[in-house]
Amino acid sequence: MKKILALVLAVLMVASFSTMFTSCGNGSADFKVGFIFLHDENSTYDLNFINAVKTAQQNLGLTDDQVIIKVNIPEGQECYDAAADLVDQGCSLIFADSFGHEPFMIQAAKAFKDVQFCHATGTRAHTEGLSNYHNAFASIYEGRYLAGIAAGMKLNEMIAAGKFKAEEAKIGYVGAYTYAEVMSGYTSFFLGARSVCPTATMDVIFTGSWYDEAAEKEAANNLIASGCKLISQHADSMGAPTACEAAGVPDVSYNGSTLAAGPNTFIISSAINWAPYMEFIINSVKNGTEIPADWCKGLDAGSVVLSEINEAVAAKGTKEAIETAKAALTNGTLHVFDINTFTVNGAKLTDEHLADVDTDENYTPDTKVVYDGYFHESEKRSAPYFDLRIDGIKLVNEKY
Amino acid sequence: MNNAKNEKMHEPFVRMVKRDGMSRKKAWLIRGLSIVFALLFCSVVTILLTGQNPIKIYSTMISGAIGTPRRVWLLLQTIAMLLCISLAVTPAFKMRFWNIGAEGQVLIGGLATAACMILIGDKVPAPLLYLFMFLAAIAAGALWALIPALCKAKWGTNETLFTLMMNYVAMQLIRFFIVKWEVPKGSGTIGIINQDSQTGWFPAIGGNLYLLNIIIVFLLCIIMYVYLTYSKQGYEISVVGESENTARYVGINVKKVIIRTMILSGAVCGIAGLLLVGGTNHTIATTTADGRGFTAIMVSWLAKFNPIVMIFTSFLLVFLERGSGEIATVFRLNQAFADIISGIILFFIIGSEFFINYKLIFRHSHKEVK
Repeated sequence: MKKILALVLAVLMVASFSTMFTSCGNGSADFKVGFIFLHDENSTYDLNFINAVKTAQQNLGLTDDQVIIKVNIPEGQECYDAAADLVDQGCSLIFADSFGHEPFMIQAAKAFKDVQFCHATGTRAHTEGLSNYHNAFASIYEGRYLAGIAAGMKLNEMIAAGKFKAEEAKIGYVGAYTYAEVMSGYTSFFLGARSVCPTATMDVIFTGSWYDEAAEKEAANNLIASGCKLISQHADSMGAPTACEAAGVPDVSYNGSTLAAGPNTFIISSAINWAPYMEFIINSVKNGTEIPADWCKGLDAGSVVLSEINEAVAAKGTKEAIETAKAALTNGTLHVFDINTFTVNGAKLTDEHLADVDTDENYTPDTKVVYDGYFHESEKRSAPYFDLRIDGIKLVNEKY
Repeated sequence: MNNAKNEKMHEPFVRMVKRDGMSRKKAWLIRGLSIVFALLFCSVVTILLTGQNPIKIYSTMISGAIGTPRRVWLLLQTIAMLLCISLAVTPAFKMRFWNIGAEGQVLIGGLATAACMILIGDKVPAPLLYLFMFLAAIAAGALWALIPALCKAKWGTNETLFTLMMNYVAMQLIRFFIVKWEVPKGSGTIGIINQDSQTGWFPAIGGNLYLLNIIIVFLLCIIMYVYLTYSKQGYEISVVGESENTARYVGINVKKVIIRTMILSGAVCGIAGLLLVGGTNHTIATTTADGRGFTAIMVSWLAKFNPIVMIFTSFLLVFLERGSGEIATVFRLNQAFADIISGIILFFIIGSEFFINYKLIFRHSHKEVK
């Protein structure tokens, strides 16, 4: 009997070989797009992408068969395999969302020359020289800055109410890694807060992971215990928002509203809206037009968005202050990294400053990014490269 | 009469009795039926939760696992990796040494491989590099298994907890080295090691990246079968597993067998790490082993520690995993749905073992017999 079962399984395996020859091409010439995501909707980072796919799909009238979403794809050979499988299924455009997917996407781009590969947060498209591999980001530092204004106003309100002294206005920030994307994010957030609350300072704790709910919660609790009056984060779990709600400390969130987790502490959240980019690349591939190696748009294109303000927690006048700053950012009269608003080791940045825009192993600064009185973030390549340690922000642990 | 009444009151509604001597034919019939029932039950769950046609669901499952040549290769590669780790844990489990540290042993083997590729990749000629990678992976995996084995043999520590803890130590070590070797700094990933030069990458036979891994694991499977079934050491493992006292009585050095077997178990895990890093992934992350160190235990037990049967049990598990993953993708369900489907099927299969080994006796039927 055992033999029969073994035989049946063996036949099944042989059958699997024969199907592989018959079911290769599926013939339909329909446009198909494939998405590769690191986690599923339980991660705020990936949820943000999944929602963008759904919006883009609806706006462009694509069917579910034309839009294939693969979730929980690790940053390893699995990413290449997923991309290749999407090519097999007839996708002419493939998008991946996590930084660690990049080398595998490049590998896939080299193997499948007639398929377009787009990758969010990557840094190598402008130096790799492949016509079918592209990077994208959004000028999220603008959104961070505006969310920072909401934070600064909340601090002002608490100072005015006599909850603590002006010089005690310390913000706590839970970061993932000492990586430019995170550093650019918390610096712009801090500059926004300090633009309305001049005495504000900030402590940053790094967790060494993009998604570690326990570590993020613990980091937030440590920051609160060390006297931080308001918390924000750049890590993808609900750890920090839930810690804030439990401790009753106001929280400025990221990647989308966390109002449900923190009805009494959530103020506002900034997020990248990937739908405009997804619509852009889908249309480009359909129309046969070129996709730039780097794509980075901001508030005016709808790529950077703010959530609804939680009026129950936010200070009065937050909405108006944000609107004013937003208008100034879009018409170019206000710059987030204006060199007159911050110092590095007590000195202002000069035009001589170089940033490491072209990724290399030694992180050689290679490009002039300071001119016209401000640091030009995300203009030389889409992914952020502002990684300076400005005065007023203390990094509690730098091990990651 | 009164006596009989009392007896009746004390008798539970249902009790289980160990069966022996069920015919093989009947046992396999029960196993087969359990799969049929599992599939039927999954259909009901699928219809209730998603409203999809179950036939469509199963055809999606099959196409997800074997629908294209690439998927077949991926299936075979995934089977090979799971089988390799299952082969590794088998001698330990057969000896009733609860090695649940395969995950860590694989990771540390992978880490050793990655270290060779990164640190000496451009300093030594290719054949020497492969040799170093091989030796380093085996040594690292064996060491990771040896530590709990030594402590067990010397101080009688609990190997379940010890091997489990070693998993976390391995994971933290990998996190440490990721921070050391990451490109670019702060990104938390190492990226593809030697992407341009391909130094230390295993050759792709006939352009196929996975074939070499599959062949190596197949050979390993046969060697393990021969070792466990026909060698003196394999027999010693069985005896120690059945009863340590018997083993001692017949003059087997139990401590020596435990240590020797764990070194073997760890070394094979190290090979799995080597194949994963050098053969396919060309990078190392804490997710490289992907929980296979634990799934392997199930493969090994379901196959009753027979390496040849393990080919089929790992095929079953991987087929379910890949097929149900495709269901989740095609029908846009959460990946958890895929896990539910695999879980139900496994529950039925493992449950069938209960009915093969035990029978239930109801009070009611007992009375009828009287």
